[in-house]
Amino acid sequence: MTLGVTMSEPAILDTLAPPATEAEIINVGLLSAARIGARGVIARVSAFEGALPAAELERRLLELGFVEGATVEVLEEGLFGRDPIAVRLDDMRVAIRRREAAAIQIRFDPKGDA
Amino acid sequence: MTDTALAPTRLALVGNPNSGKTALFNALTGSRQKVANYAGVTVERKEGVLTSPSGRVIQVIDLPGTYSLRARSPDEAVTRDAVLGRLAGETPPDVIVCVADATNLRLVLRLALELKQVGRPFVLALNMFDIAQRQGLRIDLEGLSREIGAPIVTTVATRKRGIEELVARAEALADTMPVGENVWHEPSAAEIRHAHAEAQRILKAHVRPPERPDTWTSRIDSVLLHPVGGLLILSAVMFIMFQAVFAWATPVADLIEAGFTWLGGAVATVTPEGLLRSLLVDGLIAGVGSVLVFLPQILTVFFFILLLEDSGYMARAAFLMDRIMGAAGLHGRAFIPLLSSHACAIPGVMAARVIDQKHDRLTTILIAPLMTCSARIPVYTLIIGALIPRTTVWGFLNLQGLVMFGLYAAGILSGLVVATVIRTAFWRSASEPFMMELPTYRWPDPENVARNLMQRGMIFINRAGRIILPLMVLVWVLSTFPYPPQGATGPAIDYSFAGMIGHFIQPLLAPIGFNWQMSIALVPGMAAREVAVAALGTVYAVGNVDGAGQATLASILHTQWSLATGLSFLAWYVFAPQCVATLGVVKRETNGWLWPAVMFGYMFTLAYLASLATYWSAVALGWG
Ligand SMILES: Nc1nc2c(ncn2[C@@H]2O[C@H](COP(=O)(O)OP(=O)(O)OP(=O)(O)O)[C@@H](O)[C@H]2O)c(=O)[nH]1
Ligand SMILES: [Mg+2]
Repeated sequence: MTLGVTMSEPAILDTLAPPATEAEIINVGLLSAARIGARGVIARVSAFEGALPAAELERRLLELGFVEGATVEVLEEGLFGRDPIAVRLDDMRVAIRRREAAAIQIRFDPKGDA
Repeated sequence: MTDTALAPTRLALVGNPNSGKTALFNALTGSRQKVANYAGVTVERKEGVLTSPSGRVIQVIDLPGTYSLRARSPDEAVTRDAVLGRLAGETPPDVIVCVADATNLRLVLRLALELKQVGRPFVLALNMFDIAQRQGLRIDLEGLSREIGAPIVTTVATRKRGIEELVARAEALADTMPVGENVWHEPSAAEIRHAHAEAQRILKAHVRPPERPDTWTSRIDSVLLHPVGGLLILSAVMFIMFQAVFAWATPVADLIEAGFTWLGGAVATVTPEGLLRSLLVDGLIAGVGSVLVFLPQILTVFFFILLLEDSGYMARAAFLMDRIMGAAGLHGRAFIPLLSSHACAIPGVMAARVIDQKHDRLTTILIAPLMTCSARIPVYTLIIGALIPRTTVWGFLNLQGLVMFGLYAAGILSGLVVATVIRTAFWRSASEPFMMELPTYRWPDPENVARNLMQRGMIFINRAGRIILPLMVLVWVLSTFPYPPQGATGPAIDYSFAGMIGHFIQPLLAPIGFNWQMSIALVPGMAAREVAVAALGTVYAVGNVDGAGQATLASILHTQWSLATGLSFLAWYVFAPQCVATLGVVKRETNGWLWPAVMFGYMFTLAYLASLATYWSAVALGWG
């Protein structure tokens, strides 16, 4: 883990491993900011301190299948603050709050984000 | 092995939540443990026994589902301790059966890699193979088996397919496979990532994605999880469920009631006038009968909850309610125990085990008994039926059903308010993350639903026999003896023990509008809520000088109680902690008497205050 920063809404594009192309920079973002229909591949899972210690949240996300390389797609959003979200995560469906989804960075598929 | 004849071979079922472990357990052992379509149904270990075709006795252990042996919540700790043999006086299982949902293998493969480290022989049961085949999923069983180093059996737990082969494989493993060393330790994030990569590689090599993946779930979700529509549908579902208690079940209940009235009359004609007749007619038939009448209502509620649980809707309800629960400091997952508590608070309190954070779990436990459990139905239905007119409002709604819905809503709302107070006053910790699998929708299995309904019905009737019947004999004795003195003018019951006790307590309850009959009914009613109805039935039947067993309890109350008194009694029952069994479970789940005592205290206080406010408001409105 390279990210020991404490933050609630991390905007951590700059701490990413350098993307290969210019286009990819535009397409990388947090799952917490994604809207319905957005899809892509998990680029990185790096949790932050919150209700749980960062390392614990990270392991929980990993155990539930939020792991680098997995495909995600936002399927549904809740009513209040568009929270929580329901995502397709490879072969399964998972509900997650946007707060925790902020630990997950996605390389969005440009076509899916129309 | 030489000791197999003495000690049974022990099999433990381990796997991700909702993969069909309990269905498999039931198929293996002939048990009837609860199976439903959401994660976190099983929260305790359950044991069962089977004898294999070769005559070997096998003990099977069903465990809560988990994604990892690194337990985070109390239910997962049960699984970890059973697998590692950490409980006192227990060794690890001889064989681990890793149960996988064949249509969703990635996470379970990672778990299997973790289980491998425990060093016990294990077999992979590829369950839900029927669905995998329907979807055209292609799995190279041999290759997969080679990669994970364990035999694989395909099963369809709900149809009992593959069970014999599974038993045979497990037996073979127990006989031949040496037990390895346990090298399991809590995996670090890096190790989890590594295991995922390994699982992914295995999956790529040996499993081809389904040709006809399920598309229905997404389509249904786009309706049921629609931000606005979804919440409206959830409200409608709950509204229909609570209305149905009146609209559908009452006709059947009326039939049963007529049956008991007839029985009372018939028994009265064949028994000689005197004590025996009074015991049978007033004590047993009027008392126990007044509760059994409500069987249809109770089954209606269970029927709805079973449909919600079996279809996969429970997890959706949790999703929709997440932010609303969040306002009370809880998260959506806590909604599942609360919804289950509408059947009975006891499984609801137990189901709170799936909540990892201690304070969230305690809060959920504390408010679970505020949900309108089925034992309140007799009380509510009786009072509403007796005192609320059966009129139609707005053209289609039944006023009685509406009041019933109001009582259900009062339970849920007061639960949320109490949770908010607890969370802001005592535990201000940040709420834990909400992450939950949304299962694929499935048609509820009619057999499963029917079996569960039967089971619930039998439990209810059993309770009537074991708890209510003896209590009613007691109530009858108390309300019959001693006889009134010579030349007494009032009704005989006034001079009985029950009359004395009732008159003694009544001043305490007079401010909330309770008469002495209600006061005496509350005493045995401390054991269980519906007992109060039975006690009222007996007390009024004994006290009824002219023609006991003729008038129904509802019609007696109709003439004897004011509306204000009735409403006050309803308000009391929204809150009063009148269930010994629930307090017992809370003690067990929280390891001590502190929390049951807190629960008892706060609920009683609320009950008294709510009744007080209700009674005097109603009196002020002229309903006294
Ligand atoms: N079609 C099909 N459905 C199955 C099969 N096995 C289980 N199910 C269904 O899958 C759902 C989950 O089954 P359970 O046995 O409750 O799962 P579990 O693994 O015990 O779940 P938890 O106790 O929550 O961990 C239920 O709706 C079952 O009816 C199967 O082989 N085929
Ligand atoms: Mg289970």
